[in-house]
Amino acid sequence: MPPLLEIRQLTKHYPQVEAVRGIDFAIEPGACFGLLGPNGAGKTTTVEILEGVADASSGDILWYGKARDEGFRQRAGIMFQSTALQDLITVEETLELFGSFYRHTRPMAELIELCDLGGFLDRETKKISGGQRQRLLLAVALVNDPEILFLDEPTTGLDPQARRNFWKLVHKIKREGKTLILTTHYMEEAWELCDEIAIMDHGLIIAQGSPRGLLRKHFDNAVITLPMVDKKGVMEDPQGEEIVGVFRDKRELEIVTTDIERTLGRLVSSHFPLEGIEVRSPNLEDLFLELTGHKLRP
Amino acid sequence: MFDLHRFLALLTARNREFLRDRTSLLWNVIMPVIIVFGFAYAFNKEEVQLFKVGVPSAYAMQIDSPMRPFFDTRHIQFIVEEDMFHARERVERHQLDLLLDPEGNRYWVNDKSPRGYVIEKLLLGVDGDAGRRTLSGERIRYVDWLIPGVLSMNVMFSSLFGVGYAIVRYRRNGVLKRLKATPLTPVEFLSAQVISRLWLIVLTTIAVYLGTDLFVGFSMFGSYALLLLTLVLGALSMISLALIVAARLANQEAANGLLNLVSWPMMLLSGVWFSLEGSPEWVQMLAQTLPLTHLIEAARKIMLDGAGLMAIGHHLLILLLMSAICLGLGARLFRWE
Repeated sequence: MPPLLEIRQLTKHYPQVEAVRGIDFAIEPGACFGLLGPNGAGKTTTVEILEGVADASSGDILWYGKARDEGFRQRAGIMFQSTALQDLITVEETLELFGSFYRHTRPMAELIELCDLGGFLDRETKKISGGQRQRLLLAVALVNDPEILFLDEPTTGLDPQARRNFWKLVHKIKREGKTLILTTHYMEEAWELCDEIAIMDHGLIIAQGSPRGLLRKHFDNAVITLPMVDKKGVMEDPQGEEIVGVFRDKRELEIVTTDIERTLGRLVSSHFPLEGIEVRSPNLEDLFLELTGHKLRP
Repeated sequence: MFDLHRFLALLTARNREFLRDRTSLLWNVIMPVIIVFGFAYAFNKEEVQLFKVGVPSAYAMQIDSPMRPFFDTRHIQFIVEEDMFHARERVERHQLDLLLDPEGNRYWVNDKSPRGYVIEKLLLGVDGDAGRRTLSGERIRYVDWLIPGVLSMNVMFSSLFGVGYAIVRYRRNGVLKRLKATPLTPVEFLSAQVISRLWLIVLTTIAVYLGTDLFVGFSMFGSYALLLLTLVLGALSMISLALIVAARLANQEAANGLLNLVSWPMMLLSGVWFSLEGSPEWVQMLAQTLPLTHLIEAARKIMLDGAGLMAIGHHLLILLLMSAICLGLGARLFRWE
């Protein structure tokens, strides 16, 4: 049986940039597939090509092993990074409008219940909060009871509580067995929601696998973080065979090490100020740093 | 494939948007009313002028000879009329105060014209046995002439900006991109925009027409059904023109500039404010390429001359043709993004 969606050697050239430079992946039914990367990595371009909103420069996109047809639009649910809705239309009218576009729709009451829209159905879409808006956009994406759901940076700009609520909602949708494609630059989000992730940078996939698997593969070590008291840069970076990498920025100094005790010993003997020191296991953000040499978010 | 269900849902949504946008709705109705009122009062003062008497062309020579004493009366301008039928219409419109036919020893006067009454007394003073014929009709003032122009201009702005600007705004803020991701087709989307604006224009124009008629009162000699048909075709042609402007632009400022570029020549050259008779031929030729010219000319002929379908059919045909071409081109050029 072919995968639900398969991408082969996908590229997208704009006059000035090569946004996507030949990527491949396949998505199995019921999985949540995450595209993780910084702004400008090519995530949104990739996902918009998959949605059928943008055209690829080259490459194949297969839906159940065949080219996408009209049926794909009927069975795909889409939530853009930022979507304007018609301003003077209410939440309920927006759902009705989008519902009218599809042959098969999910009962309105069910959508309202699922996305918790009951409290503001009669409000015009420009007068609802950021969290309410994201829930409405999700409901719009679910209006045709899609098989595959695209979520492009769904929680960007939301406060932490609204983000958590949104994650709960996505978990509910996952439990219904829907296939999800999610882009994000929040590694916590990918960790929380995704079964498989592909890390993108400069238009290429630089690593792919389950979040846990990727961390196991790339790290058998730990991360020591020091607040950056040495602003002038007089201290030299600590060195030693167990130290895999040292990253500095304005706020902190990060040391990736295979042997915590030895590195700590070095820091003490070279009189590094240790106040505020933190030692932790690596996360996806560290993985990104490790793979690319730059941070996921500036 | 055209899905009526989708079309109707979009149409409803667009209508709701329009009707809920109180500011522009109010503006759509109030602006033309203000203009019409302004002109009705600005041009209300009667100019002191000579009495005008029409005379058939056969008697042109006699005007200056003292064969009939009436021709000697001072402060009367005698105007030679080639066509007596047309001349009688001019009496009805108060453009002539009296029409004299020396051959049949009769004259026509408008019983609603005070100037006609005065000059009739003058005529009977010197020429007591002339036979009286009465005509009646309201005077055509500048405001009567202006109203078809102003209403049509309002239709033009509402068509161009209401559709053109709205689509460009949708494209810029991403509404179109979201719609593109649904099974909706461009033709379904565009038809909903066109039809929604069309009937809203018809609705507001009727409201403005009735409103101004109630307060200013103006001439309407023709058929209301024909006037409505003219309105629909005129609005359709200019909405279609807006579709071309809005087919690809995503920049509201550029759209604004382009729409102004389209609307201002029409404002000036389509005869909204003044007649183009007597302007250079190339200006008149250029005016004939503008849909607003045909809308205004047809509307004026219906309202002021009571023209029928035969007399204005060519204007309607041109409007229909322009609509068909622009609609086709607009739909073809259209991009969601």
